[in-house]
Amino acid sequence: MSAHAIDIQKAASLARLKLTPDEAALYESQLGKILDYMDVLARYDLGSVEPTAHAMPVHNVMRRDESRPSFTQDQALANAPKSSHHQFQIPKVVE
Amino acid sequence: MSLANETLASLRRRLAAREISPADIIRDLAAAIEAKNPSVGAYLSWDVDAAVTEAEQTDTSLPLGGVPIAIKDNINVTGQPCTCGSKILAENYRSPYDATSIRQLRAGGALPFGRLNMDEFAMGSSTENSALGVTRNPWDLDRIPGGSSGGSASSVASATAIAALGSDTGGSIRQPAALCGVVGVKPTYGRVSRFGLVAFASSLDQIGTLTKTVEDSALVLNHLCGHDPLDSTSLNEPVPDFAAALGRDIKGLRIGLPKEYFISGIHPAVADAVRAAIKTLESLGARVEEISLPHTDAGVSTYYILAPAEASANLARFDGVRYGHRTANATDILDHYFSSRAEGFGPEVKRRILLGTYVLSSGYYDAYYLKAQRARTLIRRDFEEAFQKVDVIVSPTAPSPAHKMGELKNNPLQAYLEDVFTIPANLAGLPAMSVPSGFAEEGGKKLPVGIQIIGKALDEVTMLRVAHAFEQASGLSHLAP
Repeated sequence: MSAHAIDIQKAASLARLKLTPDEAALYESQLGKILDYMDVLARYDLGSVEPTAHAMPVHNVMRRDESRPSFTQDQALANAPKSSHHQFQIPKVVE
Repeated sequence: MSLANETLASLRRRLAAREISPADIIRDLAAAIEAKNPSVGAYLSWDVDAAVTEAEQTDTSLPLGGVPIAIKDNINVTGQPCTCGSKILAENYRSPYDATSIRQLRAGGALPFGRLNMDEFAMGSSTENSALGVTRNPWDLDRIPGGSSGGSASSVASATAIAALGSDTGGSIRQPAALCGVVGVKPTYGRVSRFGLVAFASSLDQIGTLTKTVEDSALVLNHLCGHDPLDSTSLNEPVPDFAAALGRDIKGLRIGLPKEYFISGIHPAVADAVRAAIKTLESLGARVEEISLPHTDAGVSTYYILAPAEASANLARFDGVRYGHRTANATDILDHYFSSRAEGFGPEVKRRILLGTYVLSSGYYDAYYLKAQRARTLIRRDFEEAFQKVDVIVSPTAPSPAHKMGELKNNPLQAYLEDVFTIPANLAGLPAMSVPSGFAEEGGKKLPVGIQIIGKALDEVTMLRVAHAFEQASGLSHLAP
């Protein structure tokens, strides 16, 4: 039994993932064990340590705001599972 | 002998002498793949006719002219599939563009040929998480090739590829290289453009090489590395000639052995291979000393918070609209997202998306994600201090030789712990590689073991020089099962 009680359906909902009840039970138990293990981080005094987002010190990379060659409409739509009228097609979102 | 068995360097010499043509190499590789892929399963797809046509047009006067390179199936090559080992991209996806790494290899004369199996979205260390096929270790077909670049390692080990590209987020080049007895190099973070590599964990991912020899890796890295304006994390640093640095001796070079990496639980054959490697390096004149990386035991936790967090954001792009699998019967737009993703992603990817979403969610961000980012700083500092004293760090690549297929399938935490030696270099952004260093005997089969060499940031040259000196002295080069 894990020390961590996780609301797995909430995480799944945020992640836009449909889970079967079996999947939900499995992931809840597995993630609980993984999070138990992560308590190892509590051994260290991390409060005053600066966080690292990237290992290499590269910041605020800029480029000129100018047009450059890109996909044609047909190329951009070539991998779309559904398209019509030169646009991506999605299920209806307004009544 | 089939040209498929040769090294890249040897093929280049024969191409330059006009003894052979690029199309000859493709034909020999195609025959080798036909013969071995049914059992090894390194390749998901390969197009011989297109490659022969391309081969006939390559400029063999270029440094990599006419050499085919097999590509992990998460790097985009125009017109080819790019499945990432996932059902979500398996149906119809064709890359509309070349990754920068591919564009640079082509500029050097190389030819991308064949798509290699991998753990789905590079999440795993066994290639068993591929939704599209089984890949086996050429040294023992009952065992895993490692992962996530398992197809890359097994293709080179089984002589069905001359060289291969892989990607390494927490060891995904080095660990399969060790398990399959080949050379695997992860350059410094930012050395190789990630543009066109399907993102898993953007702050950790790096493209690299899997080859039969250290020299072959150096030859490919000469073209792979370099600044790319299309990747804002790409480093604008000069790229040395990596191959030119090979062959220099390593007398007086300082090599650190992190005491925290020689833990209980290491397979005896791995410990023996590392001890033997250290003796070899000492006999070559290197000065070996013990060092400490005190935050090593925070590595796995830090990584398995940060990487899934980044993955959960990166994989949000799979919405079933622009590309990838789309559910057939959605009732509304939300159901379209929930069902398309549930049908397309496999279990390990779902596990990591859920973990990543959880550690980023309101109320847990500080407890997990921010804490892991702070721990990452401590791990990075460990290396900064160690590299005040030594030039490279040597360790085992993986705690054990290749496991049997299925052995870790139902224990994700145990599988994660196998990455303990490779993860820190990703967290710190350092170059690291694996070279073959011996064998373990299991059930009458020889299983390769590797040592890892970690270099200072941007100092691939010293790392490769040590690897090359070791390879020449040990004779563990260009191994074949």
